[in-house]
Amino acid sequence: MSAVAPLEVRNLEKRFPIGGALHHAHVHAVDDVSFVLQPGRITALVGESGSGKTTVARLLARLYDPTAGTVLFEGEDASGLRRRHEILNYRSQVQMIFQDPFGSLNPVKTVRHHLERPLRIHRIVPSGEIRRRVHELLEIVGLVPPEEVAAKYPHELSGGQRQRVAIARVLAVEPKVILADEPTSMLDVSIRIGILNLMLKLKEEHDIAFLYVTHDLASARYIADDLLVMYAGQVVESGPAERVLAEPLHPYTRLLIDAAPDPAALAGKRIEPRKGLAAAAVDPPDACRFLARCPLAVAACSASTPALVEARPGQAARCHVTAPAPSIT
Amino acid sequence: MTSVVEAPVELRPRTETLLELKGLAVEYGRVRAVDGVDLEIRAGEIVGLAGESGCGKSTVANAVMQILRPPARIAGGSILFQGEELTGKAAEELRRYRWRNVSMVFQSAMNALNPVMRVGDQFVDMMRAHERVSKRKAIADAGELLELVGIDARRVRAYPHELSGGMRQRVIIAMALALRPELVILDEPTTALDVVVQREILQQIQELQRKLEFAVLFITHDLSLLLEVAHRIEIMYAGEIVETAPAEKFATAARHPYSRGLLQSFPPLTGPKARLTGIPGAPPDLRDPPSGCRFHPRCPQCDPGNAALYLRQTTERPRLLEIAPGHHVACHLVEEEAR
Repeated sequence: MSAVAPLEVRNLEKRFPIGGALHHAHVHAVDDVSFVLQPGRITALVGESGSGKTTVARLLARLYDPTAGTVLFEGEDASGLRRRHEILNYRSQVQMIFQDPFGSLNPVKTVRHHLERPLRIHRIVPSGEIRRRVHELLEIVGLVPPEEVAAKYPHELSGGQRQRVAIARVLAVEPKVILADEPTSMLDVSIRIGILNLMLKLKEEHDIAFLYVTHDLASARYIADDLLVMYAGQVVESGPAERVLAEPLHPYTRLLIDAAPDPAALAGKRIEPRKGLAAAAVDPPDACRFLARCPLAVAACSASTPALVEARPGQAARCHVTAPAPSIT
Repeated sequence: MTSVVEAPVELRPRTETLLELKGLAVEYGRVRAVDGVDLEIRAGEIVGLAGESGCGKSTVANAVMQILRPPARIAGGSILFQGEELTGKAAEELRRYRWRNVSMVFQSAMNALNPVMRVGDQFVDMMRAHERVSKRKAIADAGELLELVGIDARRVRAYPHELSGGMRQRVIIAMALALRPELVILDEPTTALDVVVQREILQQIQELQRKLEFAVLFITHDLSLLLEVAHRIEIMYAGEIVETAPAEKFATAARHPYSRGLLQSFPPLTGPKARLTGIPGAPPDLRDPPSGCRFHPRCPQCDPGNAALYLRQTTERPRLLEIAPGHHVACHLVEEEAR
């Protein structure tokens, strides 16, 4: 038996009610999502806007309560945590990095303040060592010289530097899990790689389990060990990142790969004009949610929702055609 | 003798210069956002202008479109459209020039549609502001234009909220094409959209461009996208053009350290995986741009050990130098090597 995973979700579900009091419609933002985050591994969660990927991250950060399903933190059920100190403890172990480094720092406080606060609140180090620890954290995230950076205010930093401060703040509480929600999408292209490299360094040197939420497949390939592809609230494919991208099972994964810009494949990439619109996951019928856009669709696809089937070792997909359930044969 | 053999092979259908910027400078108060930009766009050509936020690429677009608003002002240089000087033209003349000669699609243009007006009526408004055309004719044209961008003509009756983000962006592109302009400026036209929608729209733009033969100035921070779409690529850094080359050449033989750094900033989706470096540091503050070459504080090739070169890099502004046909680079190091 391997050690207990820091974070595992089973059959996670989140529904949001929409419409007025008389229309009892629900968006199935997250539907039957299960996965495990392992220490020292980066799991990328990719999908288009509205696929539910950010909702998953927020559920794990306990910013939302799940409608159903369980979140296991080091083997213990964390979905029912109600007491304040329990939730605080969980949040200190499972930290989140947000998309917008401009909105996540207090403009009237110095960098030092941002890093000292979590150290004090969670009593990470004795107060005599706080200063040293702040400098250490700044060095880990590549902000040097630390004494100088610590005295600065957010407006004196570039976007990339701010995101590094946000990461240092997250590291301050020594988390086991970091949830990074599109951490580079608001940064200049030339400094995005720096943040991705930092995440790689942290997973290797600090054995942190990462969930990297993104719509950028190329960056997911660059840093992730495992890949989860979401579509309309469901994980439609999962497996080792390199395998999934080289030989995708699900037609939606294929479509994402074909649509992504790729400097290595100069010109000549083409996708078929879409047949249908994206399935809104509003009270979805029992059918494949990708049906309307799928080039492979057969009769079975409109009859039932495909289950996530492991069609190749370690690689699973929700597709009646490419990953049929064993019982059907 | 050899000159016969080396006669340039012209791949593009037409060669006349449509737009020419000469030493364009634009200031916002005391900040010089665009500083001495030369740019040429030929008829039917797709020119990609890439750079990071704040490098001045959108300001160039706004200057070409002549929609700079105070405190922005053109501080020098000229903008020639079909040989005619645009700076200093009367407002009425410029009004006719916009949309009919040059049109523009903005990044979040899809949010620019009037939410309480049917799509067709917005076409009518726009067309009748620029041309004498009956309402009926304008509506009919609008339908045709929508079909052109892959939207059912009957959607002229739709309100913007009934369309998806991608469809609204297509509506805007259709509008930009309504008066058959010679040049269409696309300023980050797909940045706010999902990859699949982005790819669909790009394909559509390419098809339309081939069919209607308009020229395109495509502005984006996403170099990987540009390499696929553009005929020619111009790289802008801190208000200056630092390199320009045909797209296929740029992908393999970019010379400016900034261009190379940018190419090193996009992880590939296929092929071997390698650790990338990106570019250290951050783009400069244009209120106080670095002396000499503006890229020198971030440049991996700027080494105080090489004293003579270092002095030039830190004090002297590099000029664009043609190192191969159509390939210009502004870099002291490249210049030294070319000697």
